[in-house]
Amino acid sequence: MIVRKSLTLAALVLGLTTPLASAHEAWMLPSSTVLSSSGYITLDAAVSNDLFYFNYRPMAIRDNLSITAPDGSAVQPENMLRGQLRTTFDANLTMAGTYRVAVVNSSVMASWKEGGETRRWRGTQSELGANVPAQATDLSVREGVSRIETFVTVGKPSTIAPAGEGLELAPVTHPNDLYAGEAATLGFTINGKPAPGVEVVVMAGGTRYRDQLAKVELITDAHGQITHTWPAPGFYYLKAGLNDVGAGNMERRLSYTATLEVLAQ
Amino acid sequence: MHKPLLFTLGLLAAAPGFAASIEVEVELPKFDVADYRRPYVAIWLERPDNSVAANLAVWYDAKMRDDEGSKWLKDMRQWWRRSGRSLALPIDGVTSATRHPGQHTLKFTAGEAPLGELAPGEYRLLVEAAREHGGRELLSLPLQWPPATDTRSELRGEHELGTVSLQLRP
Repeated sequence: MIVRKSLTLAALVLGLTTPLASAHEAWMLPSSTVLSSSGYITLDAAVSNDLFYFNYRPMAIRDNLSITAPDGSAVQPENMLRGQLRTTFDANLTMAGTYRVAVVNSSVMASWKEGGETRRWRGTQSELGANVPAQATDLSVREGVSRIETFVTVGKPSTIAPAGEGLELAPVTHPNDLYAGEAATLGFTINGKPAPGVEVVVMAGGTRYRDQLAKVELITDAHGQITHTWPAPGFYYLKAGLNDVGAGNMERRLSYTATLEVLAQ
Repeated sequence: MHKPLLFTLGLLAAAPGFAASIEVEVELPKFDVADYRRPYVAIWLERPDNSVAANLAVWYDAKMRDDEGSKWLKDMRQWWRRSGRSLALPIDGVTSATRHPGQHTLKFTAGEAPLGELAPGEYRLLVEAAREHGGRELLSLPLQWPPATDTRSELRGEHELGTVSLQLRP
């Protein structure tokens, strides 16, 4: 009973931060993705059952949010508010080009047996040594790195500088240059290198108003790319993920999520 | 069959130095609504590969305080994609204020801005209108340049545009 309870708790915590570990989707939804002049946008960030409706939990945003301007400088979020069902914040986009909004979570989960009871711990890589015994019965340590993103462009789309860490989008077709009825090629990299064989799921928003999720499942090719033709305009949820082995031979879950707006012709 | 051709040739011979021209007539329909705002309109020439050959006219509200009028340029979404987002507005001789409902006639002469020199080939004339609290419409008329004869074509919009006609003169 105790084990089950802590498992549920762990799942709940995971649900807030690492989307692939749970049945819930974590996403950010920008008020606009295309702007013809500089100005404010607002973003909602949530973990939900439906796309893109706030109906489960707000996204946990602390120091894990970065808004990167076209010139690489950091934009400070404004009016951050964490409600019961969503987190919301504003961003002042003052220059032309593409802004990247990213929430990156990196954590280590450990479980081991102590006196017949299962112990669990979750924290950062650097805190691991102080909180988890190096030698323990049934010790399992897993790392999880997730990146949740969206892109907004003022004027003409500009090149998006790679973060170079974890699983991320390496656009061939610019994420603010997606149009209904047209094919887009999207690349994925792990630590900056092309990532072949990665599962990618694409799902249109508005799931509340249709019977089926209509997930499109794709696998990146030898160049780490997928090509997808958008059937209709609207916001889309894209999720990619894989298990690999990270530093120190630690099992690692990498996940990437993006909210993409497909524009009408 | 041969008569009009000969006639045209005669005209060409008789009037050297006359540059070919494009006349565009755009009808903006009247809307009987309380929150009517004059539409933003973009008129441009495109090549078959979608690249923009010439921006002929862009009607928008450039005079609003803090450049607020630029905010809605993206609503002419085809124009925005094809060239608007890459341009520094306003552009002399291309951009101007929004216009009232009714007929508007624009004439563009080869060799002169904003039409300039157009390489021989296939083009399309695009007229896109987007209205605040209203809709958006895009009309496309094909054309061959340079025109061999006087050529007239027209298309009727259903929502934000009335009749758009294109008159080519050699």
